[in-house]
Amino acid sequence: MKDLLRRLTSIPAPSGREEQIRAFIQAELKDYCDELTVDTMGNLIAFKRGGKTKLQFAAHMDEIGVIVTAIDEQGFLRFSNVGGIRPHRLYAQRVRFQNGTMGVIGAEKIDDLKQLTLEKLYIDIGATSAEEAKTKVAVGDIASFDHGYLDLGQRVVAKALDDRVGCAVLIEALKRVTKPQNDLYCTFTVQEEVGLRGAKTAAFGLDPDLGIALDVTATGDTPEAPKLAMKLGQGAAIKVKDVSLITHPQVKELLTTLAEQNGIPHQFEVLPFGGTDAGAIHLTKAGIPAGVISVPCRYLHSPSEMVDLNDVEAAVRLVVATMEHPITL
Amino acid sequence: MLLKELSELNGVSSGETAVRHFIRNRIQGRVDRIQTDRLGNLIARCDQGKKGPLVMLSAHMDEVGLMVVGIDASGLLKIKTIGGIDERVLISKRVFVGPQRIPGVIGAKPIHLQEREERERPVKTTGLFVDIGATDRNDAEKDVKIGDLIAFDVQAGPFGDGLFKGKALDDRAGCAVLMNLMENEYDLPLAYAFTVQEEVGLRGATVAAYGLNPDLALVVETTSAGDVPPLKKHQASTRLGAGPAISFMDRSVIVKPALIERLVAVAEEAGIPYQFRESASGGTEAGVINQTRSGIPVAVISIPCRYIHSPVGILNLDDFAQTIKLIDAFLRNIAQRGLPV
Amino acid sequence: MQTEKLLKELTDAVGPSGREDRAAQIILDFFSNGDGRCWISELRRDRLGNIILRKAGQGEHPPRIMLAAHIDEIGLIVTALEDGFIRFSTIGGIDQRVLLGQEVIVHGREDLPGVIGAKPPHLQQADERNKAVKIEDMTIDLGLAPERMAALVRVGDPITIKRSCGTLKNSFYAGKAMDDRAGVVALVECLRRLKDYNHEAEVLVVITVQEELGVRGAFVSSYGLNPDIGLAVDVTHGEMPGLADYEGFKLGQGPVIVTGPPVHPLIFDKLKAAAEAGKVKYQVEAAETPRGTDAYAIQIAQAGVASGLVCIPLRYMHTSVETLALDDLKETGRLLAEFIMQIDRAFLEGLECY
Repeated sequence: MKDLLRRLTSIPAPSGREEQIRAFIQAELKDYCDELTVDTMGNLIAFKRGGKTKLQFAAHMDEIGVIVTAIDEQGFLRFSNVGGIRPHRLYAQRVRFQNGTMGVIGAEKIDDLKQLTLEKLYIDIGATSAEEAKTKVAVGDIASFDHGYLDLGQRVVAKALDDRVGCAVLIEALKRVTKPQNDLYCTFTVQEEVGLRGAKTAAFGLDPDLGIALDVTATGDTPEAPKLAMKLGQGAAIKVKDVSLITHPQVKELLTTLAEQNGIPHQFEVLPFGGTDAGAIHLTKAGIPAGVISVPCRYLHSPSEMVDLNDVEAAVRLVVATMEHPITL
Repeated sequence: MLLKELSELNGVSSGETAVRHFIRNRIQGRVDRIQTDRLGNLIARCDQGKKGPLVMLSAHMDEVGLMVVGIDASGLLKIKTIGGIDERVLISKRVFVGPQRIPGVIGAKPIHLQEREERERPVKTTGLFVDIGATDRNDAEKDVKIGDLIAFDVQAGPFGDGLFKGKALDDRAGCAVLMNLMENEYDLPLAYAFTVQEEVGLRGATVAAYGLNPDLALVVETTSAGDVPPLKKHQASTRLGAGPAISFMDRSVIVKPALIERLVAVAEEAGIPYQFRESASGGTEAGVINQTRSGIPVAVISIPCRYIHSPVGILNLDDFAQTIKLIDAFLRNIAQRGLPV
Repeated sequence: MQTEKLLKELTDAVGPSGREDRAAQIILDFFSNGDGRCWISELRRDRLGNIILRKAGQGEHPPRIMLAAHIDEIGLIVTALEDGFIRFSTIGGIDQRVLLGQEVIVHGREDLPGVIGAKPPHLQQADERNKAVKIEDMTIDLGLAPERMAALVRVGDPITIKRSCGTLKNSFYAGKAMDDRAGVVALVECLRRLKDYNHEAEVLVVITVQEELGVRGAFVSSYGLNPDIGLAVDVTHGEMPGLADYEGFKLGQGPVIVTGPPVHPLIFDKLKAAAEAGKVKYQVEAAETPRGTDAYAIQIAQAGVASGLVCIPLRYMHTSVETLALDDLKETGRLLAEFIMQIDRAFLEGLECY
């Protein structure tokens, strides 16, 4: 699992530029499903036959990033955000473009941290002129953050664990599942960070009976943290509510029962901010019951996100249990 | 002049009837079928005997404006804004109220009677009213109803060096582009969508795209030109006179790189000037179209326009002409080479 | 069942967004075993819990009219258990200033009475007292030992305000969840009136869920039904001090018919015509945005629906003492029935050429 997480998080895939990560997952899964397809938006759908009920799992492949909006005369790049980014987290970060070009984020002179907005930041790729910069980067290019993977033993740190950990859980579950009792549509979605866009169109195309998103959730277990119940190492989180979804009572019941029956460590999650692919899935067509299995994660949307491998393992087991349980709603 | 006629029509969101009728009359006979849907979108199709991918071209008919929400005892009209208007632009303007185009003015307390600090504070719409010269509520109710829409009274026309000024250029200029394109024959099925209620949440495009379910959509818009003081060069987003602007991303959509590459190749091959919209903010109908059904590839081409969402905008007539040329060349290219993948 | 009794029973019932079952059961009982069973042709629930009551129309292709009112109410939800106290967040838009000192019911493994408390004023600094207490700083006290509470309450359990519906003078009713159970009762009134009539249109009454979280029930039910015409029946602000006369509508002066972006102009005209034909007193509101009611979703379902919006004037919206005049509710039902009687195929054709 550690190796899979390391490899998944090392691939740059900001929203709208998911080609590399998709190719990696395709290669990883080709022997573990009946069919692999890519839809119009770029979602990857791994299908595995198993039963009557159509069960969609969704983990998003994309990560937050920055997009070049202008190149000035000196060759500095001005940029905007792709997904939810806080300006104070950006200063001095390194970014990597799809073609491998690297850069560092600098700031105009500011006296007060409150004045720090994206407009005051720029990317320096070491170019000495606009002409030189334009040989490496064009307006509209999207970069992701570049930060190494850190193995802290039971816990690992990396950028883009949101939501490569969800991808890893789904990949691992597909490899482990032996007797699927439902038709499984494992979707690796695009453009979640800019508004759950891939999941929305994927769900429309699939029209499943049940949708389950695999994503990360925030925790309340750090000094003076927001008052949240979720803790690292306490198991997979079964979401009850966030801004995009209040989990269908039957889906919450199903996941809870499966966790209890299989002795899988779990906790309940109410997140007063944020949303996941399940939010888009449940409002598709005439409505699709949906839920979320989350992996608690500290320092979300930063280059150093942290998860606990016990929670990852619990999430894998809960996904496998769901796949192998004949579901009727 | 088509642009002038379109600009001077009133079509505040949900009250696009005058614009719809004007366009319908003008394009009658130039397309295979015309249809109005239940939201008021006007859909014109050129698809008889055509094979190939269905391309949807969209431009919105509506404009930002005001709405009558109350009439006070003295006959003054209480108003609210429709769409994103900077409330500070409203004072001291002439307007037309309702379908009968009743003339009115947006008044304000005279400077003489204001306290010094009052002048530093923007006036909110709650403190604003439209005066149509009514003597009391009964008199006002002879000409005005609650819910009537209010548009600015602005004469459109050529301006400065090759420029054009007027209200509602966002997005009547796009409507004019579509009407111009209809003069040509293309070897692929086309659906021209003149949409409603863009300014209040991209409502018309949402249902038009669902109904048409095209293989590709092209949104023709106007976009903010920031080539004005005090903005720095890198903040300009687009500039007048530099040609149509191609979007790579905004808050509603990320355009597929292959689609942008095709547009750029077409422009360069035909020697048409173009610029990138150097901004990722804002949003257009492209967002809702892109996420329709199982996903629809979409591109956005915009005419740069200064002072958008104010009573008077300015665009460059050469940008307007080049936008028509670029889309014309792009459609011929798609007809010949198919969709970019 | 009498209208008054249904309104009281329904508004007293528990049903925050996404957890509407107990309130929904009252409607299900009424239309499967109660008075309402003969008024409709079909009853079903969709996958997200919307209740769909269908009354058949005439002919092979009758016009299909959807009428929607939402049954969910705003509420609270447990986010964490802390030293025997409950931390909570909101379900829907709640003014944090109305919460202090409220009695609540925590819907854990059983219904548990609780009280919302915060730091006492004596222990606050002077500047703290001038600010509204934030929801993050409030807790719910169940008076239970931490271990006992942990056995009964879990993160994610819903919480509702404890309030029983009461009457004021002049048949004014005050209680929680009038928004929009009053609309639901108005739809029941409408079906009651329609039971003796033959109308061309097929009527699809939808009791929607999750409106307060972003009109979610309306999105999926209107997609599933894809009606020709869709009306949302909701509440609008009643007159009260601090509101301009165009912002607050008079109680007892009849339903409010809305015009503006969320409404098809011909549906607006038809509603007014129906009111005049049936001698229903009405008021008119201009909405400058399509947002805020089920009409927002219904209008853009599939390839577009001709939508309308009728509202019952209501004071103190999103508090637990929402107040309305019973007459307005009944007249709303009558207006809707009049409207339905007037819809035929010819009217539908006209909706696409205006």
